[in-house]
This record gives sequence, structure tokens and C-alpha cells, in this order.
Amino acid sequence: MSGVWVFLENKEGKIATGSREAVSAARTVADGLGQELTGLVFGEGVSGVADAAFDLGVDAVLGADDATLGHFRVEAVGPLVTKLAQEHNPSVILASASSRGRDLAAWVAADLDAGLVSDGVDVAVDGDKVKVTRPVYAGKLLSDVFATSSTQVITLRNRAFPQAEPTGKSGSATWVDAAVSEDAIPTKIVGFEGKEGTVSLTDASIIVSGGRGVGGPEGFAPVKELADTLGGALGASRAAVDAGWIPYEHQVGQTGKVVSPDLYIAAGISGAIQHQAGMRTSKIIVAINKDADAPIFKLAQYGIVGDLFKVLPALTAEFKKRL
Amino acid sequence: MKVVVSIKQTPSTTAVLTVNGGVVSWDDPGGKPNVLNPWDEYTVEEGVRLKENHGATDVIALTVGPEESQDALKTSLAMGCTEAILVSDPALQGLDSLGTARTLAAAINKMGDVQVAIFGRQAIDGDTGQTPVQVARKLGWTPLTFVSAIKEIGGGKITVERLLDDGKETVTTSLPVVISTVKEINEPRYPSLMGIRKANRAEIPVWSAADLGLADGAGSSNVDWSNVYAIPPRGGSVQMIEGDSVEAQAKTLADKLFEEKVI
Ligand SMILES: Cc1cc2nc3c(=O)[nH]c(=O)nc-3n(C[C@H](O)[C@H](O)[C@H](O)COP(=O)(O)OP(=O)(O)OC[C@H]3O[C@@H](n4cnc5c(N)ncnc54)[C@H](O)[C@@H]3O)c2cc1C
Ligand SMILES: Cc1cc2nc3c(=O)[nH]c(=O)nc-3n(C[C@H](O)[C@H](O)[C@H](O)COP(=O)(O)OP(=O)(O)OC[C@H]3O[C@@H](n4cnc5c(N)ncnc54)[C@H](O)[C@@H]3O)c2cc1C
Repeated sequence: MSGVWVFLENKEGKIATGSREAVSAARTVADGLGQELTGLVFGEGVSGVADAAFDLGVDAVLGADDATLGHFRVEAVGPLVTKLAQEHNPSVILASASSRGRDLAAWVAADLDAGLVSDGVDVAVDGDKVKVTRPVYAGKLLSDVFATSSTQVITLRNRAFPQAEPTGKSGSATWVDAAVSEDAIPTKIVGFEGKEGTVSLTDASIIVSGGRGVGGPEGFAPVKELADTLGGALGASRAAVDAGWIPYEHQVGQTGKVVSPDLYIAAGISGAIQHQAGMRTSKIIVAINKDADAPIFKLAQYGIVGDLFKVLPALTAEFKKRL
Repeated sequence: MKVVVSIKQTPSTTAVLTVNGGVVSWDDPGGKPNVLNPWDEYTVEEGVRLKENHGATDVIALTVGPEESQDALKTSLAMGCTEAILVSDPALQGLDSLGTARTLAAAINKMGDVQVAIFGRQAIDGDTGQTPVQVARKLGWTPLTFVSAIKEIGGGKITVERLLDDGKETVTTSLPVVISTVKEINEPRYPSLMGIRKANRAEIPVWSAADLGLADGAGSSNVDWSNVYAIPPRGGSVQMIEGDSVEAQAKTLADKLFEEKVI
């Protein structure tokens, strides 16, 4: 068993942000184990992606360029990674815990009979094993988890690791054939509607969220204005979503998105435990609430007791001056 | 058409957890400490809708867990499942997701002729979200994860909409399938009073490992999660920003945030 592999999700010639983060975690693992780091590049027309992978500092690239791999389907990529792993016996396979990364990791771990650890927020090498720290029980507790099988499969939570930086390195990839042909793949993609223009909550480095305290759909205007000024994303509590003031895709919390920005500003949010489960790993939390006893202040580094309709516009004005 | 809804009983979302030497226990002073995994409310609802709208004949709730997990199965029955099966055996304790998946696949095979197995997005205790795809692999069925709508089903085919990080994907594939659901898929109903009364009287069959041909257990676990601990408290206490005016408060807060280098 040797070698650390990292799956590089790519789209339109670019390596996904989550995968760039996975590269830096994988680098820590590879160096700790004293093993080579290999990037996995699959798609259609992906020679440029292989170059980009070398630039991010991987030692080798294992790739496949085929029409069946163009739009990610786990039924095409899963068997290929399993086959390659059976041939090369890597000790660790890592991927970002994106929707596609999760599917792939679960598929490959099942077929290799390997231990799988999802949603790592920290990795450290301990002997020949990787210790993965992951939130459990809805983010209320943490666990240090080990996969005890000879191949360890790990996915990594978005924004838990820094993105790998360009190194200027280059190299030549090893190209292999796809593992399954189109007629052996039952699933056909009949449509795809991309989300564009908006900052995705899970990728955002700044989030400004509003809760029941905004009082209605119009109440989100000052929240959004501050988010836009800071180049951040707009979040919400479930109370605001359930009231129909803002779509569910903005909900942060146990039954919404789990986010981990550098800065999380909560306005008119009390800080219920289910909301906390989605944002407590934010680097800096700022709470704005008219009730000095609101539980959100127990979690925050900075707090302002006051009316959000006065505080948010004042903050927006201040940042407009300085940014 | 036979449908399985695979569910788990978990601590309630408001449960207060304590860890003592790696052992986790919980209580919910305000309510029931154990509930049907909140994500599985969508699982059950979607199964029941396949019965109501697409002619599914059986909607079987299935769980692997301790005796107490009967409660979550009863909630599923009260919501409209036609049957419930509990797989419970000391030999099946402490399984990793793949062991759980092997067990669930064996139970689904034993039921015979299942066309759709519906799962939740994740269970709020183990929190891995790994089980559905692994069950699909053990059954040799197509996994369809993060499903936000079943568009069409019938004639051996299914078309679904999936909600991925970067957009909405529509796919068509052949049955049988394993589906994992997301919140957008439906609005779970509350169990009816009649349903609850009926569910309370239900005798839920219990299958052992041997019943599933897993007498030697479901294979060894490949994951060690014995080290569970409380999250270290967030650094220090809150610093309240005071000031003569909101403008002054805004300025002080902005200074702090620039100092923290988060802007
Ligand atoms: C199974 C389950 C899952 C859940 N999942 C989630 C989840 O994913 N995410 C989530 O957020 N919640 C979730 N909840 C709901 C959660 O328990 C709370 O009900 C919810 O978070 C409360 O939202 P809130 O803080 O906006 O509202 P409230 O608790 O009503 O708080 C509103 C706050 O606004 C303040 N306020 C009012 N007016 C102003 C003003 N003008 N200026 C400043 N402050 C003001 C008030 O002082 C108060 O603190 C879940 C609950 C359950 C049971
Ligand atoms: C603290 C802790 C950490 C753990 N860490 C890991 C780990 O890193 N890797 C690992 O492989 N295992 C781990 N486990 C074990 C894992 O929780 C169990 O194997 C569990 O049965 C399946 O995983 P899950 O709870 O994450 O469910 P998920 O995969 O998150 O659940 C998704 C869906 O699968 C279905 N499902 C899940 N469990 C059952 C069940 N018992 N019966 C019926 N349907 C079910 C439900 O539909 C559910 O909505 C951990 C357990 C604990 C308590």
C-alpha cells in the first residue's frame, strides 16, 4: 500500500474550490506518510486540468479523458477509481465532501471494502493511519476517527482547509481508458440547470444572516445590502424561511446548510441550538440583537445590542467608506 | 410496486448530549429524547406519496438498531407506511456505514421484488451521509442521491431531479434504484390520530442477523470512532460593542473586523 490520491472535481477546465482545499489536506497526509501525492483527473477534454493539478503541487496525475466522463456520473467514475485502486493499492483516497465527492467516496469504499470517514475538518498522520476530526451528533460533538482498513477513504468538509496555491510545477500525466462504456451506464443526464451569479453559502468567506427579527420579506433588504457590500452571501434562520420571507436555499442550520465562513454576522437571530449547529465553526461570529440575553451572544466574539434596522445600515455605510 | 423506506432513530434535535470517557448519552428535558431522524421524515413521506400517487402497494419501513428503534418505526407506520421491520441483533452492534449497508441490503433482498429504496440525506447522530450509496452498491442498484423531486416513475424507469452543489440535474435511469432525499422533496405530514392508534397496536417483526444470512455478523467494522468529545468552547466571551451612536458602534466593529483580518 502506497500513495495518497486526491480526486479533483473539475468543470469547464477548472478545478473546483473544494478540490483545491482537498489538495492541501492531501499534501499534509502525503508528507506525513512520506508518500507520493497523485491527483485524479477525469472528464472530457481535461489535459489542461491535469496541468492545473501539477501547478497545485501534486507529484503525479492519473487521468482519463472520455465522453462518458464529461458530466460527472458516479456510475462512470466510481468503477474507474475502484479499478485503479485495485491496480495501484493507494493507502489513502481523499475527496472534497461535495455532492459528487460524497457519492464517489461511498461507492469506492463499498467496492474496496474500505473504511470511509466523511466530512473531515482536520487531518493528521498518526503512524501509518490518518486521524480525521469530524463533527458528529449534528455538530454538537467532535470525534477523532480512523479508517482501519489498508486503504482509507476520506472526504473533507468545504472551507475547513486552505486552498492549495499555484506552485509553477509541471509534469506529464498518466492517461488510462474509461472503465465502463456508455451502453453499460444506465443513468442518462437529461437536464442541468446551473446556479449562477450568486455566492454559494458553503463557499462564502463572509455570510450575513437574518432571522425572525427582520420582521418580513422587506426586512431582508438591509441584510442583503450589507452582504453585498462585503461581497458575502445571504443567510437566514429557519424561522425566516418557514415564514416564507426568503427561500430555503438560504437556511443555515441543522436542517439547512452547514457553513464555516471567516465572518458570520447574525442579525435578529436568537441562536437556537439547531441554528448553531450550522454556523458554530465560523471563524468570527458577530451578533446583532435587541435582546442582550439572546443565546447567540454566548457564541459570538462581538455583539451589538440594538435594532438591526439601525445597526445594519450604519455598518453598510461604514464599510462602503472603507472598502 | 414495493417500496422500502430506510430510517434511523436518533437523538432529538434539542437533545442535550454529554460525553463521559468517550461514551455519549443524552436527554431532552423538554421532549422525547429519541425521534425519527428528522431527515427521514422526508424519506417516509416520499414513500407514502408513492403509494398515494403512483400505485405503490407496499411501503415498508426498515431500520437496523436496538429494540427501542421500534418507536421510530411506529412513527413511520403512523405516517402511512404499510409495514415495518426491525433488524436487531447484538451481533450487529457498532457497525460502520458499510456494515450497516450490508445489513440493510440483505434485509431488502429478503423482502424480494423491491423497486425503490428511499433513504434520508443523513442521520443526525453518525452524520456520515454514506449509507445510501453503499446500500446501492451492495444491492447492485443505481444510486440517485440528493433527490429533490421524483418526476416520473413507471414502466421500469424513473426520472428524478437532483440538487447538487452547483445546480439542479435531471436524470433518467432504470429501476430498481436507491434514492436519498433532500428537504425540498416534500413537506412531511404529521401522523394522524387514527394512524398513531393503529401504529401503537402493530406488532413489528424483528429479524436477526441469522434471518438475514449474516450469522457471522455483517463483516468487521473498518472504522474506529471511539474517541468522541465535546467541542472546545469558543475562545473567550463576547465583547459587546458600545458607543454614543450606532455610527460610532459601526466604526468600532469595523475596526475590530479589519484587525481580525476577516474582511
Ligand atoms: C427539527 C428542527 C430542525 C431545525 N433546524 C433549524 C435550522 O436548520 N436552522 C435554524 O435556524 N433553525 C432551525 N430550527 C428552528 C430553531 O429551533 C429556531 O426556532 C429558529 O432558529 C429561530 O429562528 P430565529 O432566531 O430567527 O427566531 P427567534 O428565535 O424568534 O429569534 C428572533 C430574534 O430576533 C431578535 N429581534 C427581533 N427584532 C429585532 C430587531 N429589530 N433588531 C434586532 N433583533 C431583533 C429577537 O430578540 C430574537 O432574539 C429547527 C427546529 C427543529 C425542531
Ligand atoms: C459518533 C459516531 C461517528 C461515526 N463515524 C463513522 C464514520 O466515520 N464512518 C462510518 O462508516 N461509520 C461511522 N459511524 C457509524 C454509523 O453511524 C452507522 O453505521 C450508521 O448506521 C450509518 O451511518 P450514519 O448514522 O452516518 O447514517 P447516514 O449515512 O448519515 O444516514 C443516511 C440515511 O441512511 C439510512 N440509515 C442510516 N442508518 C440506518 C440504520 N441503522 N437503519 C436503517 N437506515 C439507516 C437513513 O435513511 C438515513 O437517513 C459513526 C457512528 C457514531 C455514533
